[in-house]
Amino acid sequence: MSAVLDLKLKRANKVYHEGEVLAGVVVITGKEAIQHQGISLTMEGFVNLQLSSKSVGVFEAFYNSVKPIQLINSNIEVAKPGKVPGGKTEIPFEFPLQVKGNKVLYETYHGVFVNIQYTLRCDMRRPLLAKDLSKTCEFMLHCQPQKSKVQPSPVDFIITPETLQNVRERSVLPKFLIRGHLDATNCVITQPLTGELVVESSEVAIKSIELQLVRVETCGCAEGYARDATEIQNIQIAEGDVSHGLPIPIYMVFPRLFTCATLETTNFKVEFEVNVVIVFHDDHLITENFPLKLCRV
Amino acid sequence: MVSVPWHSRVRHYEAELRSCRAAVASVDFGDYHPLKPITVLDSRSRRGGRKGSTSSSSSSSSSVAPDPLSSLLEGTDPLSLFAAAAEAAEAPTLPHSASAMELGRRRREREEEVGLDFEPWAAKRGEILARFTTTEKLSINLFMGSDKSKASSPSSAVSEKVRTRLEELDDLEEGSQREMMNLSQQDYVNRIEDLNQSLKEAWSSDQKVKALKIVIQCSKLLSDTSVIQFYPSKFVLITDILDTFGQLVYDRIWSMCSDPHSLPDTFSAEDVNDTAKETCLNWFFKIASIRELIPRLYVEAAILKCNRFLNNSGIQETVPRLTAMVRGIGDPLVAVYARAYLCRVGMEVTPHLKDSLNKNFFDLLASFRQIHGDAVQNQLVLQRVEVPVYLTLYSPAIHWILQCVAYRASDVLLTEMMERCKKLGNNVCVCVCVCVCFFTHSALLLNSVMWAFRAEFVAARATDFISMIKDCDETGFPKHLLFGSLGRSLACADPPESERLPILNEAWKVITKVRNAQDYITCAEIWVEFTCRHFTKREVNTVLADIIKHMTPDRAFEDAYTELHSVMMKILTYFHNFSVLFSMEKFLPFLDMFQKDSVRVEVCKSIMEVFIKHQQESTRDPVILNALLHVCKTMHDSVNALTVEDEKRSVSLLINGFIRMVSFGRDFEQQLSFCVEARATFCNLEPVIIQLIHTVNQLAIETRRVMGGSHSRKTAAFVRACAAYCFITIPSISNIFSRLHLYLLSGKVALANQCLSQADAFMKAAVSVLPEVPRTIVVEGKQRSSESFLLEFISSFLSTLLVVPDHPEQGVLYLVRGLLNMVQDYTWEDSSDAKVRVYISALPLLAAMSQESYLYTILNVDSNETLYGGDPKFVAEISRLCETLIGQVLDHLKTLGREEGVHRQGSLAFSLFSCLLAHADLRNNKLNQLAVNLWNLSHKNGQCDTRISVRTLEHIKSQAQHSELSHLSDMLLRLSLQSRA
Repeated sequence: MSAVLDLKLKRANKVYHEGEVLAGVVVITGKEAIQHQGISLTMEGFVNLQLSSKSVGVFEAFYNSVKPIQLINSNIEVAKPGKVPGGKTEIPFEFPLQVKGNKVLYETYHGVFVNIQYTLRCDMRRPLLAKDLSKTCEFMLHCQPQKSKVQPSPVDFIITPETLQNVRERSVLPKFLIRGHLDATNCVITQPLTGELVVESSEVAIKSIELQLVRVETCGCAEGYARDATEIQNIQIAEGDVSHGLPIPIYMVFPRLFTCATLETTNFKVEFEVNVVIVFHDDHLITENFPLKLCRV
Repeated sequence: MVSVPWHSRVRHYEAELRSCRAAVASVDFGDYHPLKPITVLDSRSRRGGRKGSTSSSSSSSSSVAPDPLSSLLEGTDPLSLFAAAAEAAEAPTLPHSASAMELGRRRREREEEVGLDFEPWAAKRGEILARFTTTEKLSINLFMGSDKSKASSPSSAVSEKVRTRLEELDDLEEGSQREMMNLSQQDYVNRIEDLNQSLKEAWSSDQKVKALKIVIQCSKLLSDTSVIQFYPSKFVLITDILDTFGQLVYDRIWSMCSDPHSLPDTFSAEDVNDTAKETCLNWFFKIASIRELIPRLYVEAAILKCNRFLNNSGIQETVPRLTAMVRGIGDPLVAVYARAYLCRVGMEVTPHLKDSLNKNFFDLLASFRQIHGDAVQNQLVLQRVEVPVYLTLYSPAIHWILQCVAYRASDVLLTEMMERCKKLGNNVCVCVCVCVCFFTHSALLLNSVMWAFRAEFVAARATDFISMIKDCDETGFPKHLLFGSLGRSLACADPPESERLPILNEAWKVITKVRNAQDYITCAEIWVEFTCRHFTKREVNTVLADIIKHMTPDRAFEDAYTELHSVMMKILTYFHNFSVLFSMEKFLPFLDMFQKDSVRVEVCKSIMEVFIKHQQESTRDPVILNALLHVCKTMHDSVNALTVEDEKRSVSLLINGFIRMVSFGRDFEQQLSFCVEARATFCNLEPVIIQLIHTVNQLAIETRRVMGGSHSRKTAAFVRACAAYCFITIPSISNIFSRLHLYLLSGKVALANQCLSQADAFMKAAVSVLPEVPRTIVVEGKQRSSESFLLEFISSFLSTLLVVPDHPEQGVLYLVRGLLNMVQDYTWEDSSDAKVRVYISALPLLAAMSQESYLYTILNVDSNETLYGGDPKFVAEISRLCETLIGQVLDHLKTLGREEGVHRQGSLAFSLFSCLLAHADLRNNKLNQLAVNLWNLSHKNGQCDTRISVRTLEHIKSQAQHSELSHLSDMLLRLSLQSRA
């Protein structure tokens, strides 16, 4: 294991945009000179779609998974077969992030049923008796900032027993009044979700108030489409029986990788929603849902 | 035995004195004075100053000529200019800073922002830990990794379920899912310390995620309020971990930035490289995704300082947001401590960011009604904690927050805070049902307000405070504690003149109603200071009466000695006039409350110390004397066989101080009878007895001075009484040298007062005591030979004997003879010349006695010169005595020559020679020959100091110039200096 292959991108945060140049160095370190049969670099971008077993059935989910959609692929040879001298060798490289045709480079996104991922792989083929070396690193792609100005479209909400849907016996419900507002439902992804919430009154003690960030992924396939909502994260904003009448801040940072600008394509959709969840002391749960539109500016 | 007939030299003391006086030399007070500033006028030195750094000549130049260096630069030197510029540049930036090596510097800078008058957290820490303890069993619940969303693993192509499963596996590997029950408090503290340790280990072994997990789990413990009495201590322990974590993260990012060269102390976000920023951002993203509110809040607060790496306004934006976030915490106790932590971190990182501190405080006020919510009340019932106890749990946090808020705050703000507090109180009046609850909050709050606010502020509004406290309800926070706080503030700052009496009246009305003796005395102790400071003895007396009334039942004072002592100290600090002090009716009864001996003695000592320090002039006030005599007697009586030496010394010192301050003016007899009484009272303390003897001797001398040297019959009787007092007191002293010196001194005093027989008795007593002197005595804990002390005493004694007239019924010179006999019989150390030295020193006395008029005499006392009138028989007697003495000395010299004592022989011979030279009539051939022989003997063995010899010869030469001493020049020829062969 004398030789070590490494990839270093020029940008520390590994974030790139379409049209930019992905630059970096291949770093080879070894005590002695390393014999090799060529070093190559591959840059790839894929959308992986997976059908959830819930919407199409177990077997379909297993077999019928949609083929990955390739977004970008390019390959270059960094070094011809030969020898790399001992010590540390750095070989610089550059990839233009250009797509062919009418393809678009979607934003990096790690979800459950939709994954958009960009990788850079470096391979070093080596003669017999020596293992080929390979190193992969992921880099992030952010879509071009939106041109038009974002309308924040704030929303005020009031939660009372009367506003609830899906209630079996409305009469059993305790009385409560919760008022609040979100500063924006059209959110800039780099800015936190903010707002305020006031428990005006509540008959039952509150145990916890949480913000649940949910992704809604839709995959189209031959049989139709599958739409699934899963939780990304759950942030508690109040614990215990908070004092009434005092505004509690709503604040949530959108996690990187797991969120992206709201995406709508012919094959799949990625959307986000936030739930304000109020848990009462008797573990009764009240959820108020707000669809969000994330964008990048 | 060689016998040399003695002939004393005739002395003319006055002429000798005249010739010895130094000639008056007139000093010219012209231009020169050594202390006058040196004026440098030489232009060359100025040039030197410009050129080099070694211009010491210019450094001493005075203001007359301007310092060449500074004049050159017109007062501003470039270095200080740079320094000033740098300071100016630094000023607007945050206090910051970081790595461990910068610690010292950082501390200094922080002090610049937060002055030394700000009590640091470290000071509170120990106090809280000591105060909030529990005997209940505690438990730690650490579910490492059960929290799914805490770390957003980037490899999440796998489905969520799988990821969770994997994480659980990880956790099992770490073995970190555990719950520890039934821990004692000490175990708990140890566990937390273990966690702190494992945090550091995890960090150093690069397991950053594990470190974060530990921190999250720890801060999660803060949301648990079971065993609520322990909560403040738990807070302290866990925030220690958080602090460690914050510092670790900060240091790591700092070190990432300092790759090529380390960051300047006052760096801005632009100086930070991308990698460091990315790492820092990563931390914040990770923390932002912590599920629970409390850990998220605490951990983010812990790394608040790291915001500086990201952008320059980060901290200013984050602190208010975190402040608002606390509102989400339902439990008021947890919330208040979270605020305290926030204030603490905020104070450290951005002390000038006052707004969020204030917001914290006002939020706190708003959340107070929570205390009376069902949740809290139920919990209290469950844990069987009473409301007052529960409320005290808040005090450390509220103290801290208020300290931060009130630190260098303006009066306007403080007034606003007061108003807000009051408003809570007023609401109360409106709504009776909420009344009880609100009263208690404001009570709790008031207590803290007074601790943290500047005393002047409180003092100015004392009446307001009093009325607020009076309105408060008794059930929550006990009023006496509130009054205690108020009193403490008022002790430091003065309220307006007109309000003082009403304040005291109001306050004392409440205090006097406090039932519990311990509570009462803690509060009363504080208010005594206020009373002493502003009022007269009348009020203080009333207060003392009240204290006595409260503390006497059931001997409650026994448990409150420290407080009572402190009351006493406060009174003593403000009342220095002891006649006023003792005229307070209740002062002595108050003193009587100290019934435990050790405490009583301590109190007495304090009283005496104050008396000695502040009593300016001596007193004869019977009230003071009686009282202090009583006090001193108490101290004296505490001395017993087991008392250590130091204690005795300090007590004696205090009593002596008292005795010195007693003076009855012209009423000497009264003074003497006081001394008699004191002797009876303080018989166990030798230093006091000695002091008394000195006092009485002084009294006798004073009498003599008043009478102008000649006593009337009455005064003569009085001074005799003084002598008698001394005579019978001295034998009770055990230290033999003290006794000797006192005999001698008292003898002199008696002589001066023409009490001849008394003087005689003293002298005789001294002589008779001499044989008892032991050969070694203990000086400062070491065994020392007493010889030198004895020689010293004998010399002094001999010089006194010159003026002591012979007793008519005894033989000639019987005191001298007696002394010499004693010296002869005394068992000297074997190899010592002391005896001979005494003999040699007796020679000058005898020579002086044979003069026609003596060197000194005592007014109105006839010495031997008058008694004998230079009778030849008397002179012959003296000569015979001298002969014998010289014979003894010569014999001794002979013995020394035989033994190994050549050196001693030489020096003895030389001193005898000096004695002969000065006191013997060397015109006599035999004496002359003896002197020459002694000179030769002293020089025989080369043991003599040549310099002394040379100077002696010079002296003889100069003496020989006087006509009556011309014979010395002949002798001079016969004295040869030993050649340095």
